[in-house]
Amino acid sequence: MRSTLEDILLPVAAVLAALLLFGLFVLLGGLNPLDVWLLLFKGAFGDSYSWQNTLQRAAPLMLTALCVAIPARAGLVVIGGEGALVLGGLATAAIAQAFPASLALSAPLTGSVLACGAAAVAGALWVMLAGWLRQYRGINETISSLLLAYVAIGLFKHLVEGPLRDPSSLNKPSTYALSEGLRIGGMAGTDVHWGLAIGVLACLAAEFWLRLTPSGFAVRVVGGNTRAAQLVGLPASRLVLLACALGGAAAGVAGGVEVAAVHNSANAALIAGYGYASILVAFMARHSPLAVIPVAILFGGFGAAGSLLQRRLGMPDASVLVLQGMAFVLILASEALRGRRWAWRAAPARAAQAAASPLVQGQP
Amino acid sequence: MTADQALVFLAGITGGALRVGVPFLFVSLGECLTEKSGRINLGLEGVLVFSAMAAFGASWLSGSAWVGVLAAALCGGLLATLHGLLCSLPRVNDVATGIALMLLGMGLAFYFGKPLIQPQAPQLPAIALGEWSSSPAVRAALQVNALVPLGLLLALLLAWVFANTRIGLVLRMVGDSAAAARALGYPVAGVRIAATAVGGMIAGLGGASLTLFYPGSWNEGISSGQGLIAVALVIFARWSPLRCVAAALLFGGAGAMGPALQSIGIGWGYHLFNTLPYVLTLVILVLTCRPGAVIAGSPGELSAR
Repeated sequence: MRSTLEDILLPVAAVLAALLLFGLFVLLGGLNPLDVWLLLFKGAFGDSYSWQNTLQRAAPLMLTALCVAIPARAGLVVIGGEGALVLGGLATAAIAQAFPASLALSAPLTGSVLACGAAAVAGALWVMLAGWLRQYRGINETISSLLLAYVAIGLFKHLVEGPLRDPSSLNKPSTYALSEGLRIGGMAGTDVHWGLAIGVLACLAAEFWLRLTPSGFAVRVVGGNTRAAQLVGLPASRLVLLACALGGAAAGVAGGVEVAAVHNSANAALIAGYGYASILVAFMARHSPLAVIPVAILFGGFGAAGSLLQRRLGMPDASVLVLQGMAFVLILASEALRGRRWAWRAAPARAAQAAASPLVQGQP
Repeated sequence: MTADQALVFLAGITGGALRVGVPFLFVSLGECLTEKSGRINLGLEGVLVFSAMAAFGASWLSGSAWVGVLAAALCGGLLATLHGLLCSLPRVNDVATGIALMLLGMGLAFYFGKPLIQPQAPQLPAIALGEWSSSPAVRAALQVNALVPLGLLLALLLAWVFANTRIGLVLRMVGDSAAAARALGYPVAGVRIAATAVGGMIAGLGGASLTLFYPGSWNEGISSGQGLIAVALVIFARWSPLRCVAAALLFGGAGAMGPALQSIGIGWGYHLFNTLPYVLTLVILVLTCRPGAVIAGSPGELSAR
């Protein structure tokens, strides 16, 4: 009970502290922090327009955050979601190109499902590669997943500017635009596309899977203690690969949805850093898929407010990145405060533990 | 390919190895020092980007490239100190903190670097290694960064310090067994913070070489993972500063592949050739790592997890 309260209070306090620190930061730059805070709120949640903008950004954040959160429950720190995202977008664009336009008009749902399915497969395979390298080759998945993300981006650029390029896209190399039937539209007449629904559903499904199914539970056991998992006969490597595949599929779908709902073709605009922002989202949500939903909306909001800060106050577009970085550092630092209130009760036990193992480090 | 083209291509690769490899060299030396103390700093990617921006900015404002180098070392040290301090808190994990620092360093660099994208800053002097050749292309390709000798000296110095000095011994002990160090009365956290901070300063020099020599300008894609590759290189180099030199040159050569091919007129697959360093890193990790086994030379505290 208490720890659940802590799980919510500590990250919230950390984000508030980050906002405070960010205020100080802009104050040093000669701006009024009150203006900045007000604009941050207005741009994120001020009116229906900003809400639409926020939710539009929250959708890919949710899906890519799952690419961090689900493998994390299996004990992996995967940070290469950006790679799965761009490959997912590319797969969607490629399938759309192969899919005859007439068929896309007569059976648009089949087309959309096929396109998103291709995105999921591409993302899943890419992240599974990092998981495989870890389980069977002993390679640190944090490093390999990020390296693979750079490889994916190179591959993406090569294909978009080469074999898959629409010759009529002159200044901004793109693939052929998706045919009308394959595009994902807005929900209920708003700009918020169906990707948000997919994102929320994916988070709910992931939470359900981790909590209530045997395989989800097995994945958590592997994440908690691999040795114990192997002793009770769980196929640890296969479960790790499964977690990677599910996370990667989510990130791949994020890319597919971005292509089908926002950009209409695969181009460099797809490489927008969602994969990196989502690492922060997942860590703040403490890798709980359910908590990813509100956190993604919060950081989607900050992202949406970024352009307002840029227009009204002339701040660089990286302001939001600075805020995100501060929030990330403070969220991790807040872990040190965990359990402080009743520290007097646990103090002797902790001292004994510290003496036994000098590296007392919790899960990230 | 004619003989001339081959010569230009080879010179491009060699010169490129020395040019492109310098940031790898500094970052991997910095990471090597950090990891010897028993901590991983993935944030060196952020340090590299932030210090690259700082170097360019300081050089532009002061008119002297060496002031830029100093600023890079200082900023790299500061950001890394933050990593060191954070990781010393209870229950704060060094890998996660590294990722956070990567994002923070990039955010800060892009924020302050906005006005630096247009201007030209004074550059570091070049050392000409190609005077023997009459071909201007070869001469141009073999212009080498003035920080290269400094990097080589640093590698020798670090290797000597690790092997032969009291400081090096304490550092290695803290990295191999914190319990032993603590039992002998050495401040484990203090040593680690100091190692991380100095490691960040060294990595900062790599940032200076990016913006003050090659490519010699500031833009937001300046590093694109080079800091992270360098972290992986340390595993390949098995935590030896001297092997870091060889690894950095190898990776520099791989990174120079794309531009070198372009210089002789092969434009196909430019982006693919640019992914070579990442692919090579992965291949080398596959060759060096074994599941469940500890790599020889790895600091004990790193493999204990």
